[in-house]
Amino acid sequence: MSILHTVNKSPYEKNSLDSCLSLAKEGSAVLLIEDGVYAALKGAAKEPRMKEAAQKIKLYVLGPDLKARGMAEDRVIEGVEIVDYAGFVDLAATHDKVNAWL
Amino acid sequence: MKFAIQVNEGPYQHQAADSAYQFTKAALEKGHEIFRVFFYHDGVNNATKLTTPPQDDRNIVNRWSELAEQHNLDMVVCVAAAQRRGIVDEGEAKRNGKDAENIAPGFRISGLGQLVEAGIQADRLVVFGD
Repeated sequence: MSILHTVNKSPYEKNSLDSCLSLAKEGSAVLLIEDGVYAALKGAAKEPRMKEAAQKIKLYVLGPDLKARGMAEDRVIEGVEIVDYAGFVDLAATHDKVNAWL
Repeated sequence: MKFAIQVNEGPYQHQAADSAYQFTKAALEKGHEIFRVFFYHDGVNNATKLTTPPQDDRNIVNRWSELAEQHNLDMVVCVAAAQRRGIVDEGEAKRNGKDAENIAPGFRISGLGQLVEAGIQADRLVVFGD
């Protein structure tokens, strides 16, 4: 069973991303939304953790929330795929469950 | 596919209300069914028709009402959360001795059973909160 995890807080504010990444099973997906998009920033402290996670988990970030925070798409860590809201809906539909790390 | 949406945060306080709206709209545009949108905790504040945001800002409450009208959405407000926060329909106003109601068009007040049912009936329950 595959789960889509959504993380909506910056990893520099809360530890929900770390909890999520350490518990998410291989083959599942994590979508960064709202302030969660800060985890996708290239060169930031969380980059090594994100790259490590990308080995077994599919990582996505919500494009409109990047844009709302002035983060250009070329500043996103390689291996993190950018999706729009339609892509968010597709991810929710193609995984068996959606779990929000609130 | 059938989606159920849960909204736990009020408008203009946190992005959750915006994210939930954008997701719901995108799902409808893709031809999915929205079984129900359930407003819980501070999320019930999405349902007051007394808001008057500045004209150059989005009107979160009216936006929900319009989406509900266009797509015949079932938007349910948790009764216990609504009572605490002063979200009242005509029946609730009468029952609790209030002289006014303030529920926006397209919303209805009901119980937590509606969330449980949505979780069972929908293929996916997507939660938006703080």
